[in-house]
Amino acid sequence: MFLINCPFCGERDQSEFSSGGEAHIVRPKQPTELSDDEWAEYLFMRKNIKGIQFERWNHAHGCRKWFNVVRDTSNDKILSVYKMGEKPPVNYK
Amino acid sequence: MKNKYSVFSLIKNALSQHENWQQAWGNPEPKKEYEAIIVGGGGHGLATAYYLAKKHNLKNIAVLEKGWIGGGNTGRNTTIIRSNYLWDASAGLYDHALKLWENLSQELNYNVMFSQRGVMNLAHNLQDVRDLKRRTHANRLNGIDAVWLNTEEVKKFCPIINTSPDIRYPVLGGTLQRRAGTARHDAVAWGYARGASEMGVDIIQNCEVKGIKRNGDRVEGLETTKGFIKTNKIGVVAAGHSSVIANMAGLKLPLESKPLQALVSEPVKPIIDTVVMSNAVHAYVSQSDKGELVIGAGTDSYVSYTQRGSHNIVEETLKAILELYPIFSRMKMLRQWGGIVDICPDASPIISKTNIKGLYFNCGWGTGGFKATPGSGDLFAHTIANDEPHKLNAAFNLNRFVSGDLVDEHGAAAVAH
Repeated sequence: MFLINCPFCGERDQSEFSSGGEAHIVRPKQPTELSDDEWAEYLFMRKNIKGIQFERWNHAHGCRKWFNVVRDTSNDKILSVYKMGEKPPVNYK
Repeated sequence: MKNKYSVFSLIKNALSQHENWQQAWGNPEPKKEYEAIIVGGGGHGLATAYYLAKKHNLKNIAVLEKGWIGGGNTGRNTTIIRSNYLWDASAGLYDHALKLWENLSQELNYNVMFSQRGVMNLAHNLQDVRDLKRRTHANRLNGIDAVWLNTEEVKKFCPIINTSPDIRYPVLGGTLQRRAGTARHDAVAWGYARGASEMGVDIIQNCEVKGIKRNGDRVEGLETTKGFIKTNKIGVVAAGHSSVIANMAGLKLPLESKPLQALVSEPVKPIIDTVVMSNAVHAYVSQSDKGELVIGAGTDSYVSYTQRGSHNIVEETLKAILELYPIFSRMKMLRQWGGIVDICPDASPIISKTNIKGLYFNCGWGTGGFKATPGSGDLFAHTIANDEPHKLNAAFNLNRFVSGDLVDEHGAAAVAH
């Protein structure tokens, strides 16, 4: 349980948001060219990091906009929030 | 068994004020090398070591546990055991486990308090009714006992349920598996640990794995907080931390680790003599032998390793519980906790070889691994010993996410476990 600082609405309770999982998984440009292994990688395989993770959230019970969050999954501390299309902050890896 | 528990040993030890009971399992320092190492000293890991030693004659094995045995999800679940899954592969897997449960106390000479008190799954809407009836038929075709109960029969089986038609989650019926039930979760870990230790398995607690040493496409050993240990077979049974271990070997798994919560009430006199689950509202309840109501809630939607969950998840579960069981409205909750569950996209487990030789994974049990503990250990031991899966776990391979041959239990049975 934590607060998320929505870039459009400000700080709100996490229960207002829905998690979109790992961020920066790029949709394949040419799906018809993809091998089964590449499909599995895109669809199913996840880093599932214990530590600093880049992820997507949606303010489902608010502005309904998507944005990115950098969060430490070992203590649920949010380190950074940035909008869709923006470059991820470089000081986290 | 050297120190067999029996009524005579109980009397004998009573005469010395129970001060001379022998330690149930050893506390050794790690050797330099093992034939096989199991990473994770929960129920599944200890069961794997037990069956490796017992059925496959591997004696030089170690179980590494970063905390204390049974302190992870084994000690955090709501102890529900059932096998009424929809698909043939799941039915085979979970009913294999249920059959082992039925004889487990005798097998281990340790009372795991397996109680076949029945598990009832409720239907709250027309789709639930159709799905549950379909599952009942599928179960019976697979030789698993299952019956459909209408609303009156539900009320008769568990009189404290509110079956009024005008509530938010009206009870339209339910399924019942009478062979299903509960067991004492700690006893399962302790019983397997005692049995394995007796056969020479080293159970090494407070020993965290820090790295996997690879030589090309095969494993050579483990870096741990107690030094390097050589082995060429590693079975990883690390539940919520499976991805962390996989990452050490450069593997990625189709898992997301999320907090799942449970809570217990103050102890009261016997009021509910079965297990009632409601998948639609993410609420399930039973009563422990101490008298506490044991309540399971849902998972949080986000990845987290914090072993705590969000307040709103508990609140929603308790709202549903209170409407279904108005008699509980003045109960006080004593404890609440979370465990980290590793969830597969198809809500079925992975008991599989990997593309690294000597590295095996038993993970992805998600919200319902406890019920499978004996079967999971047995089949994983078979997979490690023979380097080939048993026919009962062949469908639960890692390659199914590439081939597309998923065992999709999400909609069918596995929303709540």
